[in-house]
Amino acid sequence: MASRNINVSETSRPKLPRHAKLKFDETRQVWVILAPERVLAPDEIAVEVLHLCDGVRSVAQMVDQLAEKYAAPREAIATDVIAMLQDLADKGFLTEARESTA
Amino acid sequence: MSDTLAGNKTTTAGPTDGLAVLEQTRSAAETYGIPLAVLLEITHRCPLQCPYCSNPVELDRGSTELTTDEWKKVLSELAELGVLQVHFSGGEPTARKDIVELVQHATDVGLYSNLITSAVLLTKDKLSALADAGLSHVQISFQGNEPLVADRVAGLKDAHRKKLEVAKWTRELDMPLTVNAVMHRQNLHQLPDIIQMAVDLDADRLEVANVQYYGWALKNRAALMPTVEQIEETSRIVEEAQARLKGTLAIDYVVPDYYALRPKKCMGGWGRQFFNISPAGKVLPCHAAESITGLEFESVRSNHSIAWIWQNSEAFNRYRGTGWMPEPCKSCEFREVDYGGCRCQAFALTGDAGNTDPACALSPRHEEIFKQAEQESAGSQNRFLYRNFAGGTLEADERQDKHDGS
Repeated sequence: MASRNINVSETSRPKLPRHAKLKFDETRQVWVILAPERVLAPDEIAVEVLHLCDGVRSVAQMVDQLAEKYAAPREAIATDVIAMLQDLADKGFLTEARESTA
Repeated sequence: MSDTLAGNKTTTAGPTDGLAVLEQTRSAAETYGIPLAVLLEITHRCPLQCPYCSNPVELDRGSTELTTDEWKKVLSELAELGVLQVHFSGGEPTARKDIVELVQHATDVGLYSNLITSAVLLTKDKLSALADAGLSHVQISFQGNEPLVADRVAGLKDAHRKKLEVAKWTRELDMPLTVNAVMHRQNLHQLPDIIQMAVDLDADRLEVANVQYYGWALKNRAALMPTVEQIEETSRIVEEAQARLKGTLAIDYVVPDYYALRPKKCMGGWGRQFFNISPAGKVLPCHAAESITGLEFESVRSNHSIAWIWQNSEAFNRYRGTGWMPEPCKSCEFREVDYGGCRCQAFALTGDAGNTDPACALSPRHEEIFKQAEQESAGSQNRFLYRNFAGGTLEADERQDKHDGS
């Protein structure tokens, strides 16, 4: 039942669960994640990565896209993105799209 | 509960993960921006009678409660002001027949909804309707890990079994669950089992909240106050569990300030980042604020907007910032760390809300008051005064004898 203890890897297809809402806060002019009794302020890079987390894209595809956009080494981006997503997953603010095939 | 809302968070994100908790990014110099989250105590009616209830001793009667339309107007106004989350609380929020309608309205105006509930009135259909209305999170209070202690503290038969059932439905509906456990002398021995219960219920978060002693809890202090040894043991148990359960269960820990040397930064500082609205529509700096006599609180039923009340009302400005402080707070290097502690506690224990919170070791009243509490903790007065609209009912004697004998 639980969607916790996810191991984020390049094959993961992460998405925000129903209870974690990414929203632009018009009053304060910042992106926020609304979570149970918490308001989190993701930094610019986290916001960009979270916008790619649609449950369809794999982490590998996200990393490819970011590496191309920033002309940065793929390996470094992969490490950063996976670490960030893993941390979100550990806090319960990220889930994985259900696998259609095992 | 509201302590964690007000910034006493233990789950602050580290600097490496791209996340910060928004409350903590505010600078001290900032003027008082509208809070991110607001606590809505939509009723004081509750089937439970917990002796440490955080509601005021003078409860709002059902007939004084805001109507459905009035609450909807409040929700719309809050969303327009930039409030992002609401906590539907009480009393028992599901005692109101319009709870689904109110959650739906919160969703419609873009607010994120949390339900803070005793759970005992919920059916599976009602919970499912709340989820469909956009409810994002359920927090259920537990009084112990088994019915004997839990139902006695709640003052309601079969409450514990019902809570377990609703907790399971919450997870079946894929809503995140917080278990709130209010701890005191008569249930602290169950803490390891309560932690395991939260894991077994597949909760995301557990709040281990030691009783804060004002209102009903102050009346019951002699029956609730833990011993110093119990608190030391509690801290050990919590720290061990936090490490062991990382990634499975987040544990927030609210320490009892009676045994601290420094007071808590209550509500994140008076009028700085928190307000709540009472069943009758009063806008309050703290859910216990009405216990302070001599302060006038404005209502949403007045001609003033909520924004005006927050910025300009006398009650909010009375203890804002540091200008109101007497010594030893005035010249204290921690004055902007704890803002002098808790105004309600200062009032309850010293008779003046403008005094230093006696939880602070620098308060001239600290020693006398906490010696007394320590003596009470070692005493054998275990009978509860149950919370109700009649001003409280003392627990029956025979029942107590039975528990003493077990």
